[in-house]
Amino acid sequence: MPAVEFRDVSFTRPGGLRVLDRFNIAVEPGEVVALVGRSGAGKSTLLKLINRLLEPDSGDVIVEGRSTRDWEPIQLRRRVGYVLQDVGLFPHMTIAGNVGVVPRLERWTAERTDARVGELLDLIGLDRRTFANRWPDELSGGQRQRVGVARALAVDPPILLMDEPFGALDPITRVELHAEFRRIQDRVKKTVLIVTHDMREAFALAARIGVLDGGELIAFDRPERLSSSADGRVTRLLQS
Amino acid sequence: MTRLLTFWVSHRAELAGLLAQHVLLVSVSTLIAVAIGVPLGIFAARRPRLSAPIIGLANVVQTVPSLAMFGFLLPVPLVGGVGARAAIVVLILYGLLPIVRTTITGITGIDPAIREAGVAMGMTSGELLRLVELPLALPSIAAGIRVAAVVGVGSATIAAAIGAGGLGEYIYRGLSMVDSTVILAGAVPAALLALVVDGGLLWVERQLSTRRRATSRQAVRAAAAVVLVVMAVSIVAAAGRSSAAIVVGSKNFTEQVILGELVAQTIERDTGLTVQRRLNLGGTLICDRALLTGDIDVYVEYTGTALTAVFHRPVTNSPDVAYGDVREQYARTGRTLLPPLGFDNTFAILVRGKDARSLGLKTIDDVARVAPRWQAGFGYEFLERPDGYPGLAKAYGLQFAGKPHVMDLTLSYRALASGQVDLIAGDATAGLISALDLVQLVDNRHYFPPYAAAPVARAQTLLRYPQVRSALEHLGGKVTAADMRRLNYSADVEHKDIAQIVREFLTRKS
Repeated sequence: MPAVEFRDVSFTRPGGLRVLDRFNIAVEPGEVVALVGRSGAGKSTLLKLINRLLEPDSGDVIVEGRSTRDWEPIQLRRRVGYVLQDVGLFPHMTIAGNVGVVPRLERWTAERTDARVGELLDLIGLDRRTFANRWPDELSGGQRQRVGVARALAVDPPILLMDEPFGALDPITRVELHAEFRRIQDRVKKTVLIVTHDMREAFALAARIGVLDGGELIAFDRPERLSSSADGRVTRLLQS
Repeated sequence: MTRLLTFWVSHRAELAGLLAQHVLLVSVSTLIAVAIGVPLGIFAARRPRLSAPIIGLANVVQTVPSLAMFGFLLPVPLVGGVGARAAIVVLILYGLLPIVRTTITGITGIDPAIREAGVAMGMTSGELLRLVELPLALPSIAAGIRVAAVVGVGSATIAAAIGAGGLGEYIYRGLSMVDSTVILAGAVPAALLALVVDGGLLWVERQLSTRRRATSRQAVRAAAAVVLVVMAVSIVAAAGRSSAAIVVGSKNFTEQVILGELVAQTIERDTGLTVQRRLNLGGTLICDRALLTGDIDVYVEYTGTALTAVFHRPVTNSPDVAYGDVREQYARTGRTLLPPLGFDNTFAILVRGKDARSLGLKTIDDVARVAPRWQAGFGYEFLERPDGYPGLAKAYGLQFAGKPHVMDLTLSYRALASGQVDLIAGDATAGLISALDLVQLVDNRHYFPPYAAAPVARAQTLLRYPQVRSALEHLGGKVTAADMRRLNYSADVEHKDIAQIVREFLTRKS
């Protein structure tokens, strides 16, 4: 059973622009999938349909065998970690506070939350004694991005959605974080959907890459097979 | 400056009480405004279509002048009337706008990515509000609370007009006595209070906007503790003043304050009951309303005023008919008119002595010929009431150079003396008449109805305390027109302390 599946999903933006048109894709458990396409191709919309920040006009988004329409949204969102482009760390909470938000919402005990926060800070390579009580505005962009990942992993959700997670970083930090991501993914083995407009990033991170164009999935394959694709639209995107 | 300090020292107990009342009015009304305004702001922030009308409504409320607001509320049951409750309602209405507006700004100003992060991690809307939106909007909301509290300190001075007390009492007393020392005695502490409130809340606001949750929590706790302590102290201080058996009221001009003090001291002397003074109430209507509702037990009214302004009865020129009619009207509404004090305070048409002598003016008739070149200045009440300006103009065929200037009654004497206007309608017993060399013109056509001064009291109060009745009856005929003018002169011109003037007068009479 796929972890996440889109069946004939169509979605129209409030302005009337159709961003997805009878869209289909299936992502297997533990698989890292990158979705690439030009900006405005509907990549972010796709992620928001998975955690039900948006609902499809028609068709079904199926998470762990159940349509998102049948999921209780709060429960669904606790099963799906979400890392935003702008990170969205809470500026009025410390790093430990940010990472521990969802555990506290889940009514974990303070000891269990603290232990989990420490474990996650270790995982993302931030020293827990130095960073736990710092504030988001005292961190570099790369460090904030890692905290965003730690926060999304806090209650160990099986699925992780990442929306341009490294987009705002300088090229060197980005490459560092790519390595970091692969190391973390080797340990946690989540089902990961990454949205990016950067082909190199997709190649660096994903086992399979989906190419979006005009609201459709025009290619969905392993990186090495994608580079030998004969489809003109795909090769144009690869070269850009 | 020394006079001001002397005044504060000699009135320190009263000053402390008024300050306590002021703080209590502002803190209670601001707290309630927060309790209503913050939820309202949250509600409006979530429904953008509603936020414009809500802000608009709050804006409209804020543009209503505070005195007018008290006027609107006067006849409203439960929240209206006179006293602290009505004042707090008005202050709440004024405080709402800044709080609602800053709550909306604070919440809608949050970075959408932060809110989206909260929703996406599975926060319910309540959790989002409690953990994310409110903490982030707090500095903005605190700014609104600060504005509301500072505006409240200013607006609360006007609450004295409806007998809610506070530092405004000195301001009103000073205005009615045309004594800048007394005005400053209330205005300076009010301004200082505003500065302290502003500074204190600004400090809290700064603590909150540093985004350091631990310290901001301490700041909020400290601020809450300060507010609670101040309120507790104020309640104790203000409560000490309200255990009186009899409440004496008065309107807001010198003679009325003197008469209120006279009635109060007479009751204190003759009966030993404790008396609370609610002097300087904002006019006939407010006093009448306060007497009806029991907010005050007694005040001094003039028969002519009661006849026309309170009961809307036809004007009569006979003092006995007027007194009898008024007594009957009061009796029907549960109030007792006591024997007249002994003087008539009819309206006096006044001109400068210089003009009267050079133009040979003796009667109001004489003025008719010079009136087309003259400017008149009248108080609000005189312009409106049936026995006021419209009837006067008709009776004497008066026509002035322009529309009469509307001015405060007590200020009009000086406006006349300094040549800003040429004719005013003052009180026949005003102490300033001789002090400023003004001349009263004879009402040769007997236009003005009789204005015999007499205490009017709640019948219930007199039944409960018969000794109050005999004390007030005992006052009958004790105050002549000459007495009254002298009393007014001592207060208005010599700036003597009213309680002292009255004490001396009563000692002399007995």
